[in-house]
Amino acid sequence: MTVTFEDRPGHIRTPWYIRGKTGWIECVHGDFLNPETLAFGRDGLPKRTLYLVAFNQADVWGKSASSKDKVLVDIYEHWLTPA
Amino acid sequence: MSDGHDTDRDHGHEHPKHELSYYAKRIYAIRDLLLEKGVITDKDIQCQIEYQEARSPANGARLVARAWVDPSFKARLIADPKAACAQMDIDATSINEFVVLENTETVRHMVVCTLCSCYPRPILGRPPDWYKSLNYRQRAVNDPRGVMREFGLELPDDVEVRVHDSTADIRYLVLPVRPKGSEGLSETELAKLVTRDSLIGVMDALPALPPT
Repeated sequence: MTVTFEDRPGHIRTPWYIRGKTGWIECVHGDFLNPETLAFGRDGLPKRTLYLVAFNQADVWGKSASSKDKVLVDIYEHWLTPA
Repeated sequence: MSDGHDTDRDHGHEHPKHELSYYAKRIYAIRDLLLEKGVITDKDIQCQIEYQEARSPANGARLVARAWVDPSFKARLIADPKAACAQMDIDATSINEFVVLENTETVRHMVVCTLCSCYPRPILGRPPDWYKSLNYRQRAVNDPRGVMREFGLELPDDVEVRVHDSTADIRYLVLPVRPKGSEGLSETELAKLVTRDSLIGVMDALPALPPT
């Protein structure tokens, strides 16, 4: 999966460093109210599926990172596209 | 009324005596308004303070020590952490989702929230200041081994480090490896080896002291 590279204001829960990076889904956490609308007093509906997405450290930070190490980020479905 | 905190106003709760920051003044002003309008009472505030103070890393240590001595409890803690908390009389109901990450000799987990300071407060209480610092939030994701080294944990290259950035509704707790030589210790003694930092994953549990 590739994380959307997008810059827009709001209560975004997708960290900058992971936008545009490619990883794989480790597991599905479930469906949650969308914090991007919930934070602005709306109902957070429809719920969004939240995934645990894993990335190789080296794919995120470059070759200097240890090859075995991973960074795992909880990312909502609307930020992910198949790689 | 200058700042809403004149000393002659007797409304049953304490105000700090030192000069308050802008945000502190604002918080006290909002509190006073809520009290005056009857939205909350002094008792509500006191109960909430006591609730916040009751939550501490000791809760996490109890969970881990029980998991170390009882394999069926460990399985439950990993499969259904909230049920395991309820069994230990730990109130984790305010957490949306709770995930326990089991460390092994070959895999170490570490938790950060790069966006703010998300933390499993019902289990660990308030996060330490360093957890909320920009320094930790940046370096935990791009140099986790360096951060662990500063906490005193030097990991061999063949150990996999998995950093969890808790950006959303999930709260994470690390289940540290049971220290070598701790076989003879009671559950209470084991809990003393489980530090807050080992539950965040920047360190291992404390070493078991050799028998005297």
